Amino acid sequence: MKCTVCKGPAVIDVRRHNANFCQEHFLRLCRDQVARAIKDFGMLSPSDRALVAVSGGKDSLAVWDILLELGYQADGLYLGLGIGDYSDASGEMARGFAAERDLRLREVDLPADHGFDIPSGAKAARRVPCSACGLSKRHLFDEAARSGGYDVVVTGHNLDDEAAVLFGNVLHWQADYLGRQLPVLPARDGFPRKVKPLVRLGEREMAAYCVLRGIDYIVEECPMAAANKHLGYKEALNAIEATSPGTKHDFYFGFLARASDRFIADAEAEQEHLRACATCGAPTTGEVCAFCRLVVRATAVPVELGRRA
Amino acid sequence: MKVLLRNPKRELEVEGPVRVHALLARLELHRESVLVIVGDTLVPGDAVLEDTDAVEIRPVISGGVA
Repeated sequence: MKCTVCKGPAVIDVRRHNANFCQEHFLRLCRDQVARAIKDFGMLSPSDRALVAVSGGKDSLAVWDILLELGYQADGLYLGLGIGDYSDASGEMARGFAAERDLRLREVDLPADHGFDIPSGAKAARRVPCSACGLSKRHLFDEAARSGGYDVVVTGHNLDDEAAVLFGNVLHWQADYLGRQLPVLPARDGFPRKVKPLVRLGEREMAAYCVLRGIDYIVEECPMAAANKHLGYKEALNAIEATSPGTKHDFYFGFLARASDRFIADAEAEQEHLRACATCGAPTTGEVCAFCRLVVRATAVPVELGRRA
Repeated sequence: MKVLLRNPKRELEVEGPVRVHALLARLELHRESVLVIVGDTLVPGDAVLEDTDAVEIRPVISGGVA
């Protein structure tokens, strides 16, 4: 197999592009795709201070690496979620990456700073773990960006992630979610700007990027995420992609070009009447934000049945 | 050769030489859902794996099995 660019020995094929690449040209492809996404969607400017949401997985470490390679200013934020050995190992990956490159990694620890971990907190609050986790992450990334004076939060969502979320939102016609499923969410009402520079790259490409760049990342999956709906959507899309390469790209970018603006009004209606959370001050549509409500439920002392007050 | 698989982590002994795509077919793995790594680099589907190679088959789909 030869590199489509230089005809040297290839290390990877990318069927979506009907092309093979050697190490040098594959790494260049990844950087070029990120640079193009940033330019096409106006994600970042060179003067921005970016905060990268770092999980210790392939996507977040790759996007941090690529942004630095492209000359952007980017610190990392790691959230300790208290998911046993998985959190211990993922934290080590994030810290190791930052230490080797002399980068600034901020840390927030959910059990130490907010009194609960995801497995027990989700159970106490009667939420699906991925739902409690996503809610906590969004809130804490926003808060860290505001308090740290960052212009933008960067996440490692890739093309596979976005296509799978879009698939789920379309299957259930989640109009407000569809209106917010954009590669850039502008800053507004106390929320920082959020950008997804990996939307032009697939999951396999991000794993390959890390291997070829010598980036250690946590390969094991989060034990809380096993058999979740998102994975099922990815598998369904991958079955189509296997016989029709490029389908995921066409689905997601076709939505952005032809349909996403039809749902913006639904998303904006949901965001009307934002006010400050009575507990933490974060913007919310209710009196108390969803994260503070989760904290209350997750840290409540269980009532022992049969005991009289 | 020793072949390391993940999620769950386990090791197989496979007789070489064998091409990457043949090994993946034998293990019933889709090539789009994994990377094949020898040493510290990637190997393409037409590469021949030798008995002395230490091979890792790494899943790339979040939550995937390999």
